[in-house]
Order: sequence, then structure tokens, then C-alpha cells
Amino acid sequence: MKYLPLIWAELFRRKTRTILTLLSILAAFLLFGLLNGVRESFVQAGKSAAGASRLQTASRLSFIDTLPSALTSRIERTDGVQKVTYANWFGGAYQDPHNQIFSFAVAPNYLDLYPEIEVDPKQRAAFDNTRTGVLVGEGLMKRFGWKVGQKIPLMSTIFPNRDGSKNWSFDIVGTMRPAKDASAGWYDQMLLMQWKYFDESTPYNRGSVGWYVVRVADPAQADRVAKAIDALSANSDHETKTQTEAAAFASWMKQTANIGLIVGSIMGAVFFTLLLLTGNTMAQAVRERIPELAVLKTIGFRDGSVLGLVLAESVVLVLIGGVLGLGLAALLGPVLEAGSGGNLDLPPVGWRSWSLGLGLMVAIGLLVGALPALRAMRLNIVDALAGR
Amino acid sequence: MKTLKSFLRGAGLFLLVVGGIAAWLALPWPFLLGLLALFALWMLLTRRGRQAGSVTQVGVSTLRQRLGASSVVVVGIAGVVAVLVAMLAMAEGYAETLRKSGSEDTAIVMRGASAAEVMSTLDHDSVLVVGQAPGIARDAQGRPLVSPEMVVAANLPIKGGAPDEDGSVQLRGVGPMAWAVRPDVEIVAGRKFATGRRELVAGTGAQQQFAGLEVGKSIRLGNQLWQVVGIFHAGDAMDSELWGDADTVATTYRRGSSRTSITAKLENPGAFKAFKAALAGDPRLDVDASTTLDYFSKQSEQMTKIIRIIGIVVGAIMAIGAIFGALNTMFATVATRAREIATLRALGFRSVPVVVAVMLETMLLALLGGLLGGALAWLLFNGYTASTIAGGVGQLTFDFRVSPAVLWIGLKWALAIGFVGGLFPALRAATLPVTTALRDA
Repeated sequence: MKYLPLIWAELFRRKTRTILTLLSILAAFLLFGLLNGVRESFVQAGKSAAGASRLQTASRLSFIDTLPSALTSRIERTDGVQKVTYANWFGGAYQDPHNQIFSFAVAPNYLDLYPEIEVDPKQRAAFDNTRTGVLVGEGLMKRFGWKVGQKIPLMSTIFPNRDGSKNWSFDIVGTMRPAKDASAGWYDQMLLMQWKYFDESTPYNRGSVGWYVVRVADPAQADRVAKAIDALSANSDHETKTQTEAAAFASWMKQTANIGLIVGSIMGAVFFTLLLLTGNTMAQAVRERIPELAVLKTIGFRDGSVLGLVLAESVVLVLIGGVLGLGLAALLGPVLEAGSGGNLDLPPVGWRSWSLGLGLMVAIGLLVGALPALRAMRLNIVDALAGR
Repeated sequence: MKTLKSFLRGAGLFLLVVGGIAAWLALPWPFLLGLLALFALWMLLTRRGRQAGSVTQVGVSTLRQRLGASSVVVVGIAGVVAVLVAMLAMAEGYAETLRKSGSEDTAIVMRGASAAEVMSTLDHDSVLVVGQAPGIARDAQGRPLVSPEMVVAANLPIKGGAPDEDGSVQLRGVGPMAWAVRPDVEIVAGRKFATGRRELVAGTGAQQQFAGLEVGKSIRLGNQLWQVVGIFHAGDAMDSELWGDADTVATTYRRGSSRTSITAKLENPGAFKAFKAALAGDPRLDVDASTTLDYFSKQSEQMTKIIRIIGIVVGAIMAIGAIFGALNTMFATVATRAREIATLRALGFRSVPVVVAVMLETMLLALLGGLLGGALAWLLFNGYTASTIAGGVGQLTFDFRVSPAVLWIGLKWALAIGFVGGLFPALRAATLPVTTALRDA
């Protein structure tokens, strides 16, 4: 610790070079912060504690196929099932059919199974009592500038209303917020309406259900319960497939895009370049300072201390740039997200990104510092002072 | 006062650079070719141009001594270009696959306000009415080239996935006219499905994604067994689909005699207007017609835009990093060559040749980096097969397409980075007082 001023002085011996290198490192870690957040949110999605005890039961044939609502009571009676709810895909869009919204028609007890979604009790009661009421995620509210109490027109890309048109109108009765300690995920962009209103209004549904959500009493028993539920409809016209929410979500994400691979390749390219760049800077820095290092050795610094000094210098260099970069990513993420008008979902830089990032910084710092540090350690005092 | 002046000069330079880069990235290639020609003429014909040429030669010939530092510029820029080109090639491949699926002289008819085929429903009567609309081409026997189709999604096991892991595939129930409406679709193995039986033909793209799609094998749709009897190839989005008999598919999905969409071959692209007007004017119908080109372009629009934006944002951040790397290297280069440059200027060389020489050297390294990055992206990703959920329904397989246009964009970025990375060191080299430089170095 007492060498910190020395390291600092060495670092800023050539201001231009150090600052330019710092800015490069900053750019690399800014990118890391933004991309890793996206990757994490994909990995973590559906993995919440509440998600582990939830199962999804959908048609085995296809996700667009519906199930009879009569299954509700039969699933409820299955051993190990605590609570059952159901939902339908509404296929809502605002203003343009391509401007789609995650909109579901849900059973009255739907929110009971999702403790990670927080709704003001008064608004919840309003939702239960208003036929045309909808609850809207915070992010979605912001995206379209909606307010509680407003009447909004939505078109369904699938279901006609009773009058045969695809235009529906709803009253916003409340906002959904992520509960404490829960990540917003896509609940933020969701819209919920009463299943009963939906079912009675469209001539197309006639009491069918898109999928069931089941809470099991014991998550360890999830597989057994899933099999038991699927056995209820085996060999019928409506065979079901039940899986944990995490598995369902992971499979969906995997089909959408291999995010891990894309982010991995980009970060690989970025860090490879960064290694070369910072390595070059450190090599230059040590080359310039050979006589000084020799002096240090002459006045009694041991080989190990010199090695440590150079290594520490490169680690500090990467740490400063990296922390600034991640900090900038934390600041810039929300700005970018707001600027994209809901097209881009950039989660905040979480502790996972910070710890992984800090680990990477130290590793990169050690790696790029290694060769110059070894060179500094092996210096022969006489040769170095003579400039040979 | 002095600081204000230098600040203003810096700000002016910055604005100039930003404007220049924007123009550079936006201008089409003939302009740039003209600029290049002008520059070449200047180099060849004027005295300063020739001076710049010889100073550049000296710089380039000593590049080998600065191999490590120079490679930082090359590799840094190669990284930016490779990532940018790969992302743009992904967007390009995706858009291209869907664009190829449509044409101007085929129309697709769906229920109004349906974003995708799978969301639409047309009852039997509407199907018959649409078939009588004017402007539809007829085959040799005089039958209208109209194909009412039933598009649904089906769950199938993914190749290489966990035992119980399903993916979603688009299943298209078609009638005999489907093959005539889409002449590109070709059976490459086995045979066509027979009407009225649970038989399927699978596209080559779907075959890559899902397990069990081999001629002669059976797959499970819900609680039914369907036999795969053939494999087809069309070279577009159809390749990611399964095709079966429309009535049999409708029965399996309990859709009766309704259909989801109608694809019709028109007499010529000009006939679309009248066709659309006739459908819109018919009180019995509530349908939207669009050309398939339009329909498929719309499908790809948002996704392509998102991939492009991500590519450009990521590329821009990487480019900023690479600019600082290039600046670093070139400042070091100028510093090591300070005495040499000062000597030249003492001999009477003006600053313009010196600036041009340093810039040229950087641009050369940048060009090298751009070519390297482009080549890398091309080798790794051209033809790389990826898939995603398209239209919210089924897996769509598409190939990355590293097209010349995409490579050109990558090269332009590389040169822009080289330009900025070389400009400031060049200016420093040209403005450093000769006496100081000669004494210090």
C-alpha cells in the first residue's frame, strides 16, 4: 500500500499515453457492462425463487393450440398442486399491428401466483371489479405515455370483438411494479386483462385456455407433478406438456437467439484487442523506464518487489479504466433504453456484472503486466544503467 | 484569450472531423471514388503531393521496426470491422431470406389487422370469394392460381436438445395449387405428400433444426403420428416449414374448413392494385391483401432494424476504443520520428506533406485492419446458419450473408477510424517547433 504513490507517479509519467489507454479500456468495459447485462438477464430469466415452484401446462401439439378450461379442476385435484391459474394470449397491438404488446387475458387469481409483481391493493381491487380494466407494466406505461384512469384502444391481431372488429377498448386501472428484490424482467412490458371479459366478448375463444400456471407445494417434486398433470390428458385430443417456468423460458430464449454465443464472440474480439493494446502500452512504459528500474534495484528493491510494482501498475491501469467503463455503462444503460423507445431492453449493471468485470480486470491486468514485469525483474543493474 | 482561441480551434476541428466522418459514411461510392481520384492527381502532379509521397515512403519503409505498435492499430481495427461486418451480415442474411420469399406478382390475403399468417382466419366462404377476384393468373387448364393455406405451429423435438426439449416449427397445410403458386419449391428427396393422409414434406432448413425429419420416419404432432415422405428446398423462408395436406392439418388443429391465408399468383405486378381494390370493395369480405414482397419485408423489418442497431452501437463503442489505440500508437510513432520529421521541415518541407504522410501511414494500417477484419468475418461467418423465431411462430433458419455491400461498410469504418487516429498525431508532427524537436529527440 505504501508504494501506491510510486505506482501512481509511474502510471502518469506519460499522461497522453496513459489517458488514451485508459479510454480504450473504458470503451471495452463499457461494452462489457452493457452486453453482459443483456446476457445475464437472459440467463436469469425464469430462474427466480418463485419461478422454481411454478409449472406451465400448455398444449403438446403447439403453443397456438388451446386447452379446455375444464382441466382447471382436474389439475387442482392433482397431488402436490397448490394453486392453479390460467391465461390466454391476446395478441394486442397499439396503433399499428406490428407494434405488439405482451398482453394476456388472465384468471382472477393470476397475480396470486406471481408475488414478484406488485400491485397496489386498491388498484388490484379495481382490476377485479372493472370488466374492461387492465393492469399495465411500469415500462409499458412509460413507453406509450399512458396514465391510470385512461381509456386506451387496443387492436387484437388475433381475436375479433363481439361486433366483429378487432378494435378493443380498455380502462387502465393500475400499474404493475416489480416487487422488492425482483428484477423487472418482461413483467415491465406486460398488460393484463380479465379473462372473463375476453372470453365473453370474442366469439373465437368459447371457454378455452391458452395455458395453465400451476404452483407446486414442493419445488423438488416439480417433475413428478408435471408428469401427473400430463397424464390427465394423455391420449385425448388435448394432450398437454408441463414444464417448469425456467425450462419453458430457457427453451423459448434458446429458439429466439443464441445470446450467449453472440455476446461471447463480441467480448472475445474486444478483450483480445484490449490485451494487445494494453500489453503494448505496458511494454513501452517499461522499456522507457529501464534505467529508473535499475536505480530502484540499486537502492535495494528486491527482484520480487520490482515485479510486483510493474504488475500492480498494469492492474491499477486496467482497474481504473474498467471501473470507469462499468460505471459509465450503469449510467448510460437507462439513457440508451429510454432513447430506443422500448426497442432495447438494457438491464442495469448488477452485482454479477460487477464481480465478473472486476475479476476480468485483475486477470487482464496481470496478463498484460506479466511479460514487462518479468523483464523488469530480470534486469541486470549494470547493463541497464549503462543503457546496454 | 489564448486558451479560448485554442479551445475554439479544438472545438472547430472536432466538429469538422465529426461532420467529415458522417459525410464519409453516408456518401455513395462514386463520390468517394472521385475524391480518391482527385487526391491521387494531387499526389502525382503537384510538388507538395510528390513531397508527401516521398515522406510516406520513408515512414512505410520503417514500419517493420515498429511492428508491435503498428499491429495494435491493425488488430484493433480488424476487431471492430469483424464484429460490425458479422452483425450486419446477420441482419442482411435474415432480411434477404425473407425478401426472397416474396415477389411483386404474388399476393397474400389475410383477415384484416393480422400481423402474421398464423394469427389470421378466413372462413370457407371468404376463401371461395377471394378465389374469384380479378387479376389472378391462370394455369394451362384455365384454373386460377390460388392457394388457400392453413398455417399453424407445431412442437417438435430440437436436434441435439435435451430429451424433452421442443421447438416450434411452422406447419403449412396446402392444396395442390401451392406448388404451382410457388414454382421455386422443389422436392429434393422422397415424394410429395398424398392428399387426405397424415403425410408431410419438410424443408431443408427445418430438417437442420429438428430431429426425426428424415424421409420414411414418423413424427408426433400432439397424439397423432405423421409420416415424413419427402424433403423440399426453395432457397427462402419456406425452407423452415413443414408442408402437409390442408384438410388433414385443419382437422388435426380442429379448424374445420377455415383457412389462415390465401396466396395468389397475379397476372402481372400491375394487376395487384385492381386485385386489392376488388377485395376491399367486396362487402362480403373483411380481408387485407398485400404483395408477398411487402408482407415478408414487413416481417423482417423490426428484427433487421434491431440487429443493425445493436451492430452499429457495439461497433461504434469498439471503434472509439480502437481510435484511442490508434492515437496512442501514432503519437508514439510521431514521437520516435520527431527528429526525422523536424529535419525534413528544417530542409524546407512544408507541413502539408508531413501531415499527409502521417495520415497516409495510419490509413494504410487501417486499410490493412479493415481487410483483415472483413476477411475474418467472411471466413468465419459467410454462410453460417443461424435460426430465430420469426413472426412469433416457428423457427426460421437463415444464412449469414457477408455481401460486398457489408464489406464495403466495414472498410469505410476502418478508414474513418484510421483518419481520426492519424489526424491528431499528424497535426502534432506538423506543428511541433522545429528547434524543440531537434533538441529534444
